[in-house]
Amino acid sequence: MTEGILIGLTTALSFQNIFMVMIGCFFGTIIGMLPGLGPMTAIALMIPITYGFDPATGLILMAGVYYGAVFGGSTSSILLNAPGVPGTVATSFDGYPMAQQGKAGKALAIAAWSSFAGGTLSAIYLLFMAPSLSKVSLSFRSPDYFALMILGLTAIAAFSSKGQFLKAMMMVVLGLMLASVGQDSLSDITRFTFDNMNLTDGISFVLVVMSTFAMSEALTIILKRNDPTAAAKQVSLTELGSIRINKEERGKMYRTIPRSSVIGFLIGVLPGAGATIASFLAYGMERNLVKDEEKEKFGKGSVNGLSAPETANNAACSGSFVPMLTLGIPGSGTTAVMLGALLGFGIQPGPRLYMTNPEIFWSVIMSMYIGMVILLILNLPLIPYIARILAVPKNYLIPLILFFSITGIYVMSFNNFDIYLMIGIAVVATFLRLYDFPMPPLILAFVLGGLMEENLRRSLLLSNGSWEFLWDRTLTICILVTTILIVLWHIYKTLTKK
Amino acid sequence: MNINTTKIISLLFFIFSAFYLYTAYQIQVFAFDENAPFNARTFPIYLGYAGLFFSGLKLILPDPDTIKVEHRTLEYKKTALLIIIAIIYGATILKVGYFLTTSLFLFASYYFLGERRWVLMFLLSFPFVAGFMYLLHGVLEIYLRDPFLKSIGVMG
Repeated sequence: MTEGILIGLTTALSFQNIFMVMIGCFFGTIIGMLPGLGPMTAIALMIPITYGFDPATGLILMAGVYYGAVFGGSTSSILLNAPGVPGTVATSFDGYPMAQQGKAGKALAIAAWSSFAGGTLSAIYLLFMAPSLSKVSLSFRSPDYFALMILGLTAIAAFSSKGQFLKAMMMVVLGLMLASVGQDSLSDITRFTFDNMNLTDGISFVLVVMSTFAMSEALTIILKRNDPTAAAKQVSLTELGSIRINKEERGKMYRTIPRSSVIGFLIGVLPGAGATIASFLAYGMERNLVKDEEKEKFGKGSVNGLSAPETANNAACSGSFVPMLTLGIPGSGTTAVMLGALLGFGIQPGPRLYMTNPEIFWSVIMSMYIGMVILLILNLPLIPYIARILAVPKNYLIPLILFFSITGIYVMSFNNFDIYLMIGIAVVATFLRLYDFPMPPLILAFVLGGLMEENLRRSLLLSNGSWEFLWDRTLTICILVTTILIVLWHIYKTLTKK
Repeated sequence: MNINTTKIISLLFFIFSAFYLYTAYQIQVFAFDENAPFNARTFPIYLGYAGLFFSGLKLILPDPDTIKVEHRTLEYKKTALLIIIAIIYGATILKVGYFLTTSLFLFASYYFLGERRWVLMFLLSFPFVAGFMYLLHGVLEIYLRDPFLKSIGVMG
């Protein structure tokens, strides 16, 4: 492990990679602050740029964008009560009241230090947990992987959209259907191409991400007449107040941060959960754990109430890398985008990644520490100025998002058909978004489609066509029982809802 | 049963899944693979049934969280214009080249979205695209096909 850490550290500390972390954090912070444009869009827009780098640098850049976006989302939550990303909704519960009391600078500082501590602690957990889990996951067999993918898809459907489980499951199936277009990986038989040569190689992952996220989010903003930059124009540079945190406040943070980082990390590891659930759980747990006098301050500008969700959402970001790096199965839509990009580089994440590509595995983990320091430097003194940069009118923002999306596809294929297909999928996705059909399950399913078919194929061939492989091993049964419980719970909730 | 747009989308998805399933059954597999435990059509067939199952459930089960969209408040005109511009952009990018089409696409998009600051519109289209092209093509060495710039001798 020491050798791996040194390899990772050397890679992460190269000038190019430090620069990439800085670019990623900066870009992610800006996108994260814009309500409606989340980390998935930010990462999708970065994919064309990563083509020019080696896989480790590309992944470091995307990871920087990811935690930068979560970090940036907290700023708009505190200053404007307009969370940039869902993971920072809980931050606004106490961050915004604090800002209204003239302590916006202090709230930003608490958020920045909590995020830094949460991110750093969880990167340490990741450092120790990922290799151990990789070793454990080497014992996983095809039926376990197949069951794990079913669990991941069900969980993301269950958690991605409140009360919309069936809609999310329909999106999962649609994602798998899109992934099935093109040549069958084993027999080379073409499927669902309708004799169109452009579809022989299947639909590109970048195309699906760009169309369902970047492009459809841009179209949705225009369609709904939203202005994600309007809120940024309200930020006053002169009314932020001091960013100093006093001894009493630091004492409260020292108690909150360790426990919130643990809960955030563990929730992040679970497939389908993530920063949003982690931040709400940490907030709820903190409210139950503090003394009664502090409990009354919750919702009115509590230091613990602000520190807990901020620590947890950043810890969850690092946690979500665990299933991706160790099992090759992303636990969230955002890590699914990263997995897809890695597959595009010809790298297969999974239990053997840290042996076959130690520089990628370890450099991503090491770059997280660097990223946290950069985010702290970026957030504390520069946030008000970054917020002003966001006052770019949407008349410029939207065409630029469309431009980056189309460029991403153009440099990949030099094919008109792909651009038409992207526009077509984006129009359908925009319409589906209007009616609350969630897109992250579609992306996760699209990324996992090929792997899922492969593992089902192996399992069925090994068991001579029998479905007994589902209950042959205790591990498979445990995973499937968890999946069934999630499905039953959501069906029960739908039926009993008034 | 209350008919709303979500139910109509579910019905469309049901029909789509039925079509997908029909097409899955039509996939030609090798003769020796026909009775194999798993062949090229196995997984798509399961997916077709899964699509029918979930969309069918959505159609049948009550929908307590009906999403109501105020169509009168939606900006259809500008959205449609942007889509049309994007299609024209896609149709011309290979023949005309990246620089000119992208710059014109950006300029036209700013205009149709209501921007009228001509200098800023120009700066954020032609010079911006030139800078971005330099970053991709010159610095990151990502190939960009551009017959127009090639014809005037700017790009190799």
